[in-house]
Amino acid sequence: MEAMAAPLPAPTRQVEPDLAEDSTADVPWQAIVWNDPVNLMSYVSYVLQKLFGYPESKATALMLDVHHKGKAAVSSGDKDKIEADVAKLHAAGLWATMQRS
Amino acid sequence: MNGWKKAGRGGKLRLVATLDPQEAAVLRGLVGEVRQMLAGRSADNPADELAVLTGMRTGPSSRPDDRVLARLLPDFTTEDADLAAGLRSLHEPELIEAKDAAAAAVLETLPESGGRVELTPEQADTWLAALNDVRLALGTALDVSEEMPEELPPDDPRGAHLGVYHWLTFVQDALVQARMQVR
Repeated sequence: MEAMAAPLPAPTRQVEPDLAEDSTADVPWQAIVWNDPVNLMSYVSYVLQKLFGYPESKATALMLDVHHKGKAAVSSGDKDKIEADVAKLHAAGLWATMQRS
Repeated sequence: MNGWKKAGRGGKLRLVATLDPQEAAVLRGLVGEVRQMLAGRSADNPADELAVLTGMRTGPSSRPDDRVLARLLPDFTTEDADLAAGLRSLHEPELIEAKDAAAAAVLETLPESGGRVELTPEQADTWLAALNDVRLALGTALDVSEEMPEELPPDDPRGAHLGVYHWLTFVQDALVQARMQVR
């Protein structure tokens, strides 16, 4: 959305990761949207289409999962991507969090 | 206000509604309240010299005590308190800025004494975000729940505000429907 500032990227690490120790670094993260009593079903579906480019059918299915099951994973990827996704969901007013999948 | 209609086409396509003076005053007032709450949160965390020099601001690391602000500015994660604190500090200033910009855009496009509002599709997206913030603020303050009846008992002090909340729901939902038809 035009008026919404893009989130700043997370600071990039300059240190070479220790591959042996940092085995969790590649585990993908998920952005979770939670049900709440205010957000409209139509709006949640629209936001998912707009932010992630999902077709209406997929966005509506995810929205219905949020509504009926209380939450749904709406995107997955590395930590930086999911952090940016959650920031965009917050700017749209959805109740979203991130977690390791 | 009886919904949003399409006008024009192509680059001149607009979503149009007419708000009467009272509706405009109510909406402008609520949008202004949200801006003030957000400004209050920012004022609690003034930019330090380093932030001014580098342009890299950091926000507070703890969740707002106020539950309305806490709903507008949610935690990034529930699993790891340190991560949640770090991500809040990193992202909250931009989130407040985005919400304030959306609210300001509504005030710019909504005539003070009511009348015709004409939005480009991009402006409609901004309005949707700002309307949603106003509904989140009012809904949280009113303890809106999914089980809540359409109308409260006559002696419930929230009754009048709930009417405003339902009106905002109508305005937002009608704008979502109109916006989805102009993609």
